[in-house]
Amino acid sequence: MVGKDRKLRVTVSALGLGLGMLLAQGAAEAADTVKVGLMLPYTGTYASLGNAITNGFKQYVAEQGGKLGGREVEYFVVDDESDPAKATENANKLVKRDNVDVLVGTVHSGVALAMAKVARDSKTLMIIPNAGADELTGPLCAPNVFRASFSAWQPAYAMGKVVAERGHKNVVAVSWKYSFGEQSVAGFKEAFEQAGGKVVKELFLPFPNVEFQPFLTEIANLKPDAVFVFFAGAGAAKFVKDYEAAGLKTNFPLYGSGFLTDGTLEAMGGAGEGVLTTLHYADGLDNAREKSFRSGYVAAYKAQPDVYAVQGYDSAQLLAAGLSGAPAGAFDKEAVMKAMSAAAIDSPRGAFTLSKANNPVQDIYLRKVEGGQNKVVGVAAPKLADPARGCKLMK
Amino acid sequence: MDFTSFLIQILNALQYGLLLFLVASGLTLVFGIMGIINLAHGSFYMIGAYLAFALTSLTGNLMLAIVLGIPLAFGFGALLEKLLFVHLYKRDHLQQVLLTYGLILIFEELRSLTVGDDVHGVAIPDLFSASIRLSENLSYPVYRLVISVVCIALAAGLWWLMQRTRLGMMIRAGSFNREMVQSLGVNIDMLYRTVFALGVALAALAGMLAAPISSVYPGMGGSVLIISFVIVVIGGIGSVWGALVAALLVGFADTFGKVLMPELAGLAVYLLMAVVLLWRPEGIFRKG
Repeated sequence: MVGKDRKLRVTVSALGLGLGMLLAQGAAEAADTVKVGLMLPYTGTYASLGNAITNGFKQYVAEQGGKLGGREVEYFVVDDESDPAKATENANKLVKRDNVDVLVGTVHSGVALAMAKVARDSKTLMIIPNAGADELTGPLCAPNVFRASFSAWQPAYAMGKVVAERGHKNVVAVSWKYSFGEQSVAGFKEAFEQAGGKVVKELFLPFPNVEFQPFLTEIANLKPDAVFVFFAGAGAAKFVKDYEAAGLKTNFPLYGSGFLTDGTLEAMGGAGEGVLTTLHYADGLDNAREKSFRSGYVAAYKAQPDVYAVQGYDSAQLLAAGLSGAPAGAFDKEAVMKAMSAAAIDSPRGAFTLSKANNPVQDIYLRKVEGGQNKVVGVAAPKLADPARGCKLMK
Repeated sequence: MDFTSFLIQILNALQYGLLLFLVASGLTLVFGIMGIINLAHGSFYMIGAYLAFALTSLTGNLMLAIVLGIPLAFGFGALLEKLLFVHLYKRDHLQQVLLTYGLILIFEELRSLTVGDDVHGVAIPDLFSASIRLSENLSYPVYRLVISVVCIALAAGLWWLMQRTRLGMMIRAGSFNREMVQSLGVNIDMLYRTVFALGVALAALAGMLAAPISSVYPGMGGSVLIISFVIVVIGGIGSVWGALVAALLVGFADTFGKVLMPELAGLAVYLLMAVVLLWRPEGIFRKG
C-alpha cells in the first residue's frame, strides 16, 4: 500500500512540474511569437496558387532568419478547398480555436469575402495574398483587412487606357458572368470610354463554361477593332487557342487582364504569342529585389516564381513591416495595423504603398507574350490606386 | 445575325452537341443498362484527357496516344468493375453515389500527386491542324470537324452494336431481367463487365479527343459530369439514340442561348430540361 501511495505522489508531482514548464513555455511563446493562420487552397483547381503563395511567404520568413519583426512565426494551416460554403467555418477554426494573430488568405474571391467577414466581426488582422474582388477594399473595406495583391479593377482599368491609346475605337468585351469577370469588364470600360472608345458589346459566359465557339462567331460578325477578355486558368488557355484557331487573332487584336496569360502559356502552345496583357507583375522586371527574390526562390523550391509567389512574399513583408513598427512583447494589433498602413513595400514587382482602403497603390505593367514569357513592355498605369468606391475609410 | 453567321452557329451547335453525346453515351449505357449511378463518369473523362497528355508526351503523336489509350481505359474499366462496381448491383442508389463520389476524390488526388495541378496543353496532330475559311474573317479548325465525324461514326457503331449484334441483344435482355438471361446460359457477369468497360472507354475517348481543344486541367471531370446527367435524363435513361438527340438539343440550346439571350445563357440548358421533363417525365426515348 505504502509503495503504491509513494508512486502516485511522485507521478503527481512530476505531472505538476511538467505542467508548470509547459505554462512557462507558453508564456514565453506568447511574448515573442506571431501566430499566422494560412487559409489557402491546397487541393482543387487553385492548389498550385495556394502552394506558390505559401512558398513565397515562407521564403521571406526564411530570409529574415525565420523571424518576422523579431518574432518567431508559428503557422496554423487550413486547406480552404476554394469552397465558399466552408469558408466561414474554416476561418473561425483559425480565429477561435487556434487564436491566430493574423489570417492570411486566400485565392478565391468568394472564400475571401467570407473570411473578411469573420475578420471584421472578430477584429482579427487579415492579409489577402491574392483574391481580387473589388469589394474587399471597396464597400466591405475595414481597417484590419489588408490586401497585398491587387483589385480586379486595377489591371482592367490600365488596359482600357492602353487600348484607347493604341487607337482602337470599337471593342467587344468577353468574360465569365461572375463578379471578378464583370468587375474586370467594368474597369476596362470605365477607362476606355473615358478616353473616347466604345465597348460595342459585352459577351458574358456562364462560369465555368468554356464553349466559346458561338461567341467567336459573334465577334467575327461584329468586326470590332479589338477584343478585351477576362479569363483565367484552363478557360484562358482554351479561349486563346480557340481565338487563334478561328483565325480571329490576325484580324482583331486580343487584349486581356493579366491572368489570361499567367500560368497558362505552356498549355496554349504558341497561340498566346503577341497577346498584350496588363498586370502588377511581369517577367523580366529589372530591379534588385526581383533578382534576389527569383534566385532565392529557384534555389529553395527548384521552380520559377510567379505572380502568386510574389504576392505571398509581399504578404510576409507587409506583416513584417507591421510587427517591426509595433512594440515588442504582447501582440499589439492597433500598432501593427498602423505600421502596416504606412508601410512602403520593396516588392519584386516594384515598390508599392497602401491606399487608405489598404489596397496596393502600384504600377500596372503592360506585358507582351514572347517566347512563352510575359515580357514587360512598359508601365501602363503608374502608381494606380483603386478608387475603392463605397469604402468608408477613404474619407 | 446575318445568314452566314446563322449557319456557322448551327455548325457550332452540332459540333458541341456531338462532343457532348460522346461523353454522355457511356454514362447512359452504365446508368440505363446496369442501373448504376456513376458519379465518377466525369473522372473517366478526366483520366482520358490526362492519358492523352501523358501518352502524347511519350509518343509524340495524339493519334497513337488514342490507339494506346482506348485499350488501357477499357482494361481499367474492367478491373474497376471486378474490384468495386460488381458489389453495387444489388445495393441501393445511395451506396452507389457514395462509392462513386469517393472515387472522384481519389482520382483527383492521384492526378494531383502524379501530374500536378498545372494546366497543360496537348498539340493537335499535324494532319488536322489546318483551318477552313468559313467567312471573310472566321475560320474553322479542321480538328473540330474531325471530332464531329468520329462522334457520328461512334453513334452509328453503338446503335449497330446494341440493335444488330448478338452481344447487343444480350445486353438489352440483361438490362430487363438479369436472372432470366443468366438462366439461359449467358455469362452475365462478363456481359456487365464489358458494358462497364465500354462506358469507361467511351468517356476516356471523349477526354482524349477533347484534350487538344479544352486543355487538361484539375477538376475537368466535374465540368462534364452535370451536363452528361442532364443529357441522359432528357434523352431517356439507357437510350443511346435518346442521348444523341438530347445532346444535340443541348448543343443548340447552349449555343443559341448564348447568342440570343446572353443574360439567361446559363439557364437555357436547364429550361430545356424542365420543358422536356414536363412533357415526357421519362425522357424523350425511354421505353416502357
